[in-house]
This record gives sequence, structure tokens and C-alpha cells, in this order.
Amino acid sequence: MEERPTSVWGSTRFWRKSAGWVTGVSALLLIWLSADTVPQISMRSAEDLDAGKPMRVPPPTVINHKITYEFDARRGHEIPIIGEKEAFFGRNDYSEEEANALLTHGKLTVQAKNCMSCHTLLGNGGYYAPDLTKAWLDPAWSDQGPYMAMTGTTSREEAMAKFLMKPSTYPTHARRMPELGITEDEAKAVVAFLKHMASIDTNGFPRNFAKINGGVNAK
Amino acid sequence: MLSKYSEVKWESQKLAINYFRVAIILFLANLLFGLLAAIQYLYPNFLFEIIDFSINRTLHINALVVWLLYAMIGAVYWMLPEETGIETVGIGLGKLLFYILTAAIAVVVLVFLLIQVGAGDIKSIWLINEGREYLEAPRWADIGIVVVVLGFLANVFLTAFKGRRTGILTVLMFDLLALAGLYLAGMFFTKNISMDQFWWWWVIHLWVEATWEVYVAAVVGWGLIKTLGANRKIVEMWIWIELAMLFGSGILGLGHHYFWIGTPEYWWEIGALFSALEPVPLIGMFVHVIYDWGKQAGKQHEINNKPAFAWFVVNTFGNFLGAGVWGFMHTLPQINIYTHGTQWTPAHGHLAFYGAYAAILIGMMYIVVQGKYGIRQMRFTAAGKWGISLLTIGLIGMTMALTIAGYQQSMIERAEFGSTWAGYFAAQNSHWMLQAMGWRLAMGVVTMLGFVFLFKDLLTIGPKLKAEEAAGSTANANAPAGAAATA
Ligand code: HEC
Ligand code: HEM
Ligand code: HEM
Ligand SMILES: [Fe+2]
Repeated sequence: MEERPTSVWGSTRFWRKSAGWVTGVSALLLIWLSADTVPQISMRSAEDLDAGKPMRVPPPTVINHKITYEFDARRGHEIPIIGEKEAFFGRNDYSEEEANALLTHGKLTVQAKNCMSCHTLLGNGGYYAPDLTKAWLDPAWSDQGPYMAMTGTTSREEAMAKFLMKPSTYPTHARRMPELGITEDEAKAVVAFLKHMASIDTNGFPRNFAKINGGVNAK
Repeated sequence: MLSKYSEVKWESQKLAINYFRVAIILFLANLLFGLLAAIQYLYPNFLFEIIDFSINRTLHINALVVWLLYAMIGAVYWMLPEETGIETVGIGLGKLLFYILTAAIAVVVLVFLLIQVGAGDIKSIWLINEGREYLEAPRWADIGIVVVVLGFLANVFLTAFKGRRTGILTVLMFDLLALAGLYLAGMFFTKNISMDQFWWWWVIHLWVEATWEVYVAAVVGWGLIKTLGANRKIVEMWIWIELAMLFGSGILGLGHHYFWIGTPEYWWEIGALFSALEPVPLIGMFVHVIYDWGKQAGKQHEINNKPAFAWFVVNTFGNFLGAGVWGFMHTLPQINIYTHGTQWTPAHGHLAFYGAYAAILIGMMYIVVQGKYGIRQMRFTAAGKWGISLLTIGLIGMTMALTIAGYQQSMIERAEFGSTWAGYFAAQNSHWMLQAMGWRLAMGVVTMLGFVFLFKDLLTIGPKLKAEEAAGSTANANAPAGAAATA
């Protein structure tokens, strides 16, 4: 039974060794690339933000700033632009600790209510409801959109928070978002989370955001 | 498969049967909650604020992952004594862990259904819902799963070292170790959504496009030896080749999920290049099965388990089509920018999971039935044929419907409107989408019908063929197996 292989191509030993090498080298490359990526996607410091350094994932204090999404000719797609100070629930001076606590609470709420089972965040999740990557910038929340009037509010963040607490009472489509028992504190925190997410540099995803209504640079 | 009758000698195989029993029940849950979710796409008030879409979807995909894992563990416990030639070491512990895991899963399902969501604090993550697709199980259950899997791994390793350690087992051992280790990458909280998804994909992608695929390569190899009498030396060499190709493309293919989540641009090139190579080993696996089939057919060797073998063929072809072709269609960043997170993704996800994993594990269920009843020659029953046909037609039908839906969603929502809330609903309310969702539901019902036939067949084929073989051997010892069916 024991046949001697006539060439390496028919030798189990050769293929076993190759498999080991290929796996090892691929795994090492992945670890090496991850070691480069992880620092790049870590949240930067508030000082870096104030100094206007370029960054992929801004710090929580980004909620003190105006965020827009604008075409960048060099990169060939839109990128988030972090602008001047802007009030968020009436304040633009959230300290690092405050902003940090708000964002953490927001992310915990997003997980505990499982928003990702209906919505996509950064394009991943369920497909039953709109992508939330740039929801903060959606024209529906602006003073041109319907939601400030519907919720009787005067700012984007208040309109979003009101909606999140009682979504099925402010429907715009037959497919409604259900009530998830979100409290006022949780709603504010979730809005902070959504604002922060809109400031992440996603290499131009989604492309041409709000091309039809509101223009690429949602106000 | 549920009856008490058993010719199985090994305790390990008895445990395997238990794993398969739970798997088939969870498969039913997988389909049921999928149907509820699909109904909600068409009738959004159905079960609104009672069992919302998010709950149905969570149960749908978690039941899927858990039934596949149960069947995977079951298949290993089944193969283990046959490969090593000895009883599984620590089988008592194995049985205890089975009951613990099953009880834990029952609790998690009840919490998902009855408590549903928690307050926005870390307690909810520990006790109710982790809120991360596929890994929704709360943290306490994660820890339980890790403990159970460690026990399972210990059993596999100790048994393999004590008994005969074949090439197939060697591959499985290291693959299962990697599979279990990866789960740990999904068990932490971060407020940073980019970091969250970066590690989340280590679990999801490196499972389905690396470690699970290698598992399948090893099990298909084992199945070919079992059903066709294929040459073990050649099969084992193939498995190593497949492993090299799968890991060589799949590990860095992870990059195709790092295009848009905040990660740097270099992943465009890396993800595109390596994931574009991922279909190659899938073609290889398909060729392998067809080649062995042809070779053995030439030797007049009868396939001793026709339904199992048919499911292996569905597996290799479905894997190639669902993962290879449908995966490739949206894996280049130039395309993925428009398809990412649209109905394209579940079109691919459904056919890939069915082809690559459901099919092979259903095939294993037929091998288990054969062993349990000591049947020499498993032929197809009518129910078995209806089962495999309707399930496959249903899944392909759903995939086609979702592909059409994905195409128009990319065009309308993504390209035309630029992905706003209004754009999303412009796409959802278009005729193409509504019709596609109707077809998806209809094909889901076909899938469910197929399941009913499959379930019936798995329960009845054993006693039926056993009785036929017994009758056949007393009536005419020389009659070929299966001839008695008409008697
Ligand atoms: C059961 C499914 C479901 C869950 C869970 C869910 N949503 Fe929604 N959501 C919807 C639907 C459907 C809409 C569209 C409502 C409409 O158009 O009337 C929506 C709309 C929204 C919008 C407005 C869309 C936009 O682009 O700005 C936001 C913001 C939002 N949801 C945030 C959340 C957050 C945050 C969570 C988690 C706390 C969440 N949703 C959980 C279904 C869901
Ligand atoms: C058996 C193997 C495979 C299975 C089971 C599988 C399954 C899936 C699933 C379920 C998703 C969706 C994940 C989510 O919920 O967000 C997904 C995404 C994806 N898969 Fe696969 N897949 C397989 C193989 C492949 C292969 C071989 C390729 C490429 C050639 C591929 C390309 C992709 C891409 C590009 C995405 C991201 C889609 C998006 O951007 O939304 N997959 N896969
Ligand atoms: C009765 C048949 C089925 C129906 C009606 C059904 C329906 C659904 C629905 C409605 C979703 C949610 C998609 C969304 O978020 O919009 C879904 C997701 C999913 N289903 Fe099914 N399903 C069925 C069977 C299956 C089977 C047999 C499998 C696997 C073998 C499967 C695997 C998945 C996966 C992996 C996802 C997540 C996809 C992704 O995120 O891209 N489903 N299904
Ligand atoms: Fe992948």
C-alpha cells in the first residue's frame, strides 16, 4: 500500500509543511497590519482635536464641534470636517470626562437596545432601517427637514432625542421604529454617540451622502 | 433520529446524537424566526412592539450560529472514536457540558424573547443582550460557552493523543483551537465603534471564511472516505492543500470588511486582493468531490449513503456559488461602496451559510442515522428527496429575490439619493423591493416546507430502511439492498 510519491506535488508531507508556512505567514502579516491599524483607529486625545490634527476616530469632545461631510479633492471622496464650536444640548464646553461618560453611556444603550439588529452602523447590522453612520447629518433633522417641527424642538439634537424616546409616535413611514424604553438621559447619550460616529473618517462611506435632498454638505 | 433504538456502541457517538437532536430543533427556530422577520418586511404592524423585528432577527441568526456549532461539535464526537479507534476520553464530562450548554441556551432564548432589551448600562451587557450582531448572547453566556468549548477541546485533544491521531484529526484539532480562541476577540466592551467592529470581524470573518471552512474541508474529506470509500492518503493530502489555500486567502481576506469602518485605506488593496482569491479553494473543494465521485464510480463502488452524499454535493456547489460567486460579486471596494449594508449582503449571507455549512451538517445527520440504525445501504426516500429539493430551491429563490432587492437598493438609495433616511425609504418602497420581499417570503415558506420533509425523513428513514434490510436478508439474502423497497 505504501506508495512512494513520485514528486513533491503528490507528497502529503510537502503540503502539510506548506500549509503550516502559509498559515503562519498570513497570521503574522495580519497581526502586523493590525498593530498598525489599532493605534490609527483608537480615539485621539482632546488636545489633538484642539490642535486640529488629522485623525480617523476623534475623541468624545468632538460633540462640542460642528461636523460636516465634504468632498476632498485629494482623496476623491467626502470626509468629515470638524469645524468651529457648536452647542450640543445648549453647551459647547463638555469636559473630557463628561464627553467620555456621555459617549460610553450612549454606546452601552445602543448595545442594550440592540439598534444594530434593525439598523446598520458603519454599514454593518440589520437592513430593516436606515444606515446610521451619518444619521447625525441627515437632512430630515435639519431646520429644512420635518422633524424639528414634528417634535416641537429647535435643534437637531433635541429633535433626535425626542424621537428616540417615543419613535412610534413620530412616524414618517409605515415601517415604524418601536419604543425601546429609552430614557431622556439615554436618548441624549445616544445622540452624542451618533454625532461622534458621524465624525469618524470612513473613507467616503456612504458615498455622495444626501446627494438629492440637502446637498452633499448637509447643513 | 429521536427514537431510543440505537446500534451505536461508542458513548461518544451517543453524545453526538444528542448534539444533533438539539441542532435540528434550533434549525427549526432559525427558520421560524426568519419567517416572522420576513413577514414584518411586508406587514410592518405584524407583532409590532410585541416581538419586534430586532428580536426576530436576533433569534434567527443566533439560532443559526448555535445550531451549526452544535452540529459541528456533534460531528466531531461522532467521528472521534472511528478515527482514534478508542472511546472518547472524558466522555462523562462531555455529557455534563452538553446539558449545561443546552440549559444556558434555553435561558438566553427566553431572555431574548421575554425581557428583550435592558437599560443602557453594563449590567444589560452581562445579563440580557450584548447587542453585537451574531454575538448577542450576554456576557455570562459567553463565559459559559468558552468553558464548555474548552472542555470539548480537552476531550478531542486527549483522545487524539491517546488513540490514533490521523491527518484529518490533526487538521481538526488545530482548527478547533483557533476557532475557539477567536471567540475571545468578541468579548469586551469599548465605546469606540470602529474598534468594536474591527475585532468583531475577527470573530465573524475568521470563523466563516477561515476556520469553519477548514472544518468543512476536513469533514467533507472524512465523509468521502465514509460514503465513497475514497483513498485516505489522497484525501488527507487534499485537505492540507485546501487548508493552505483557505488560510492563505481567508486570513488576509479579512480586509474586505475594513474598507469603511474607520480603518486606513491600505485595507482596500489588501482586502480586495486576498478576498478575490477566496473562491479558488472553494472551486478546489468542488472539484475534489466531483473527481472522487467520478473515480469511485469508475470502480463500480456503490455510494453507501446516497442522501448524505447528495448533501455533500449541495455543500460543495452551494459553497462555491454562495460564498465564492456571490461573495466575489461585492468584495471589491469599488463595488462594495455601493452594496455595503444593502440587501446584497444577506443575499450572499443566506446562500453561503446554507451551501457551506447547513448542507454539510445535514449530510452528517444522515451519516449519524445510518450509524445509529446500522444500515448498510442508505437510499433516498421520497421525503428525503422532497427535503433536499425544496430546501435548496427555497434558499436559491430567496437569494435571487434578495439579489434583485440589493441591486435596486444600491442604485436608488446608495447611488441616486446618497444613503439618507429618505433615500433608504425611496428604495424600500419601490416596486422592485416590494416584489422581491414578497418572493423572499414565498421562498421562505418553500424552505420551511423542505424542512418539514427533512425532519420527517430524519425521524423515519432509519427504522424504515432497517426493516427493509431485515426483510430483504431473510427473503433473499442475495437481493441488492433497496430492492426490497417495492416488496
Ligand atoms: C425594531 C427595529 C428598530 C430598532 C431596534 C431600532 N430602530 Fe431606529 N428606526 C427603525 C425604523 C423602522 C426607522 C424609520 C422610522 C420612520 O421612517 O418612520 C428608524 C429610524 C431611526 C432614526 C432616524 C433615521 C435617520 O437616518 O436618522 C434614528 C436616528 C434611529 N432610528 C436610531 C435608532 C437607535 C439609536 C436605536 C437603538 C437605541 C434604534 N434606532 C433601534 C427601526 C428600529
Ligand atoms: C462560507 C463562507 C461564507 C459565509 C458563510 C459568508 C457569510 C457572510 C455573511 C453572513 C455576511 C454578512 C455579515 C453581516 O451580517 O454584516 C458576509 C459579508 C460579506 N462577505 Fe461573506 N461569507 C462567506 C464567504 C465569503 C467569500 C468567499 C467572499 C469573497 C469572495 C465574501 C465576501 C463578503 C463581503 C465583501 C461581505 C461584506 C458585505 C458588506 O459590505 O455588507 N464572503 N458574508
Ligand atoms: C425560512 C427561511 C428564511 C427566511 C424567511 C429568512 C429571513 C431572514 C431575514 C428577514 C433576515 C434579516 C435580514 C435583514 O436584516 O434585513 C435574515 C437574516 C439572515 N439569515 Fe435568514 N431566513 C431564512 C432562512 C435562513 C437560513 C436557512 C439561513 C442559513 C443557513 C439564514 C441565514 C441568515 C443570515 C446569516 C442572516 C444575516 C444576514 C446578514 O446580516 O447579511 N437564514 N434572514
Ligand atoms: Fe468576510
